[in-house]
Amino acid sequence: MLFEIFIRSQHGLAHKHVGSLHAPDAAMALANARDVYTRRHEGVSIWVVPSAAITASSPGNKEPLFEPANNKVYRHPGFYDIPPEVKNL
Amino acid sequence: METVAAPELSFQARIDEGVKIEPKDAMPEAYRQTLIRQISQHAHSEIVGQLPEGNWIGRAPTLQRKAILLAKVQDEAGHGLYLYSAAETLGASRNDLVADLLSGKAKYSSIFNYPTLTWADIGAIGWLVDGAAIMNQIPLCRCSYGPYARAMVRICKEESFHQRQGFDILRVLCQGTAAQKAMAQDALKRWWWPSLMMFGPPDEQSSHSAQSMQWKIKLVSNDGLRQKFVDQTVPQADYLGLRVPDPDLKWNEERGHYDFGPIPWEEFHQVIRGHGPCNRDRLLTRQKAHHEGAWVREALNAYARKQEGASHAV
Amino acid sequence: MAAPAVFEFCLRLGDNDLILSQRLGGWCGRGPVLEEDLALTNVALDLLGQARLWLSHAAAVEGRGRHEDQLAFLRDAGEFRNLLLVEQPNGDYAHTMARQYYFDAWHMVLLDALSISSDASLRDIAAKAVKEVAYHLQRSRDWMIRLGDGTEESHRRLQAAADQLWPYTGEMFAMDEVEASLGDAGCDLEALRAPWREEVQSTFARATLAIPAAGWMQRGGKQGVHSEKLGLLLAEMQFLQRAYPGAQW
Repeated sequence: MLFEIFIRSQHGLAHKHVGSLHAPDAAMALANARDVYTRRHEGVSIWVVPSAAITASSPGNKEPLFEPANNKVYRHPGFYDIPPEVKNL
Repeated sequence: METVAAPELSFQARIDEGVKIEPKDAMPEAYRQTLIRQISQHAHSEIVGQLPEGNWIGRAPTLQRKAILLAKVQDEAGHGLYLYSAAETLGASRNDLVADLLSGKAKYSSIFNYPTLTWADIGAIGWLVDGAAIMNQIPLCRCSYGPYARAMVRICKEESFHQRQGFDILRVLCQGTAAQKAMAQDALKRWWWPSLMMFGPPDEQSSHSAQSMQWKIKLVSNDGLRQKFVDQTVPQADYLGLRVPDPDLKWNEERGHYDFGPIPWEEFHQVIRGHGPCNRDRLLTRQKAHHEGAWVREALNAYARKQEGASHAV
Repeated sequence: MAAPAVFEFCLRLGDNDLILSQRLGGWCGRGPVLEEDLALTNVALDLLGQARLWLSHAAAVEGRGRHEDQLAFLRDAGEFRNLLLVEQPNGDYAHTMARQYYFDAWHMVLLDALSISSDASLRDIAAKAVKEVAYHLQRSRDWMIRLGDGTEESHRRLQAAADQLWPYTGEMFAMDEVEASLGDAGCDLEALRAPWREEVQSTFARATLAIPAAGWMQRGGKQGVHSEKLGLLLAEMQFLQRAYPGAQW
């Protein structure tokens, strides 16, 4: 069974997707994930999720989930030219 | 001003903009297939690559060298895993990919079809083979396909010690006894040309290159990487006091690069076709491991099914 | 407490780890599942690290200026002090797992006991090792259960392996004068038998395995009387140091 692996490092804020592996069940997936993706560093939190259980959005479709890109670019921080003397912006 | 979100940009435009292609994105079938082939070849190479090095784990000459080699080979298994994962995001199944490897249909890097005959070979593999691999992998961290690029970033981080440990093995040998120095020289003699062949055929003969470059699956040309490798490695050989086995090797002041002799391409083609010194052995070893492991995999599945059945019955 | 006894004791522990690590290294690139290749190599690496700690301490305590590599690569079989159990060949995966499980279950209770040793160095090394070994035991216990309660074939193979290796488990609890003389620095090996037995019985029950019949226990490894297997293992492991005496690597 294919499992997706999510790791939160000891000082991390959120679990990050790091890849996948094969295992017969979740318990073994967890054990393997420790060996494969963390080399058993302490204080690491691991989530294993069967790949089949993940429902993903399809960025290719034009959905109401995403605003149309072209006419609201002012929402993006890169749109503005901030003078270099201005810090912390 | 950056591109903010690119669902409506065309596929090629996204690549040109440097926007990563992710698993659920629409993509040309040829892009998907080329990536599956390239990523899985890379994965197979990591897995088969454990064998020439694994050959010397039992005979490592000090406990520290043994530990380092064990860690390196373990990393390689991990890299294979990351890469199979990346290939699976494209809809390939690991079982099918492995079946293609075991049947001889899928390729892996030609270099692993050469034997490790002495401890110095382990040094040469780290220095030259991992050196060449790193040269190939760093640009791939910028490739267009997200999961592959991210796997490359992870691999490059872990790879940092692989090349150094190889060079260090040779450095100690070259500063050692006459027999050890001869061992190092002999290893360089046997691994130099196969390492140059790792970069693939000359650009004009490489069929997939142009499209792969456009799709940013391939980021530097074969000849470009090969030249860079030679330029970087020859001074290292000089430092070790070893002679590169190429009578035509010469610094070209005008070009600003080393000129080097003709590569024995006939040997490369024979190895690719399965006639290298170890092709048959490598394949047999993997087939044997797979075959003898079947009852184990079946047991793991049976146990998992039983537990699942039991939990549903509750 | 005589220095020689601590030296001998550390050799025993270090040699166990070294020889078992050597055996596990043989599975590199040949395991039944890729993920397992990696996991088993991790165990081999852990054990090698522990071996180096024990052997380095042994050399320090001996005080003859030897170091870990000289102990590992220049002793002949008769000077090795590992249990017979760890030098047994890998066999099939069931055999490797049974050997590992029997050892891990003992290793765990031993290191637990040593973590209150009156000898600070032994305590330190044991404390470092026990975390890794707790993981090893979890792993090998899990494998016993999965293979024991997997398919008919895996069950048959594992029962055969468990039966075959059982005669090598007695040596783990047999105290001799070396261990006895250590007092509070060491531990009472006999006292480890009951917790080990309990662990094994509980796992075997979950694995649907039968505890092998009581019978004659093989021993001699700790005193340097080994099986024919060790010589061959050492011939391979020690080759380079023997072929190029005095060389640096």
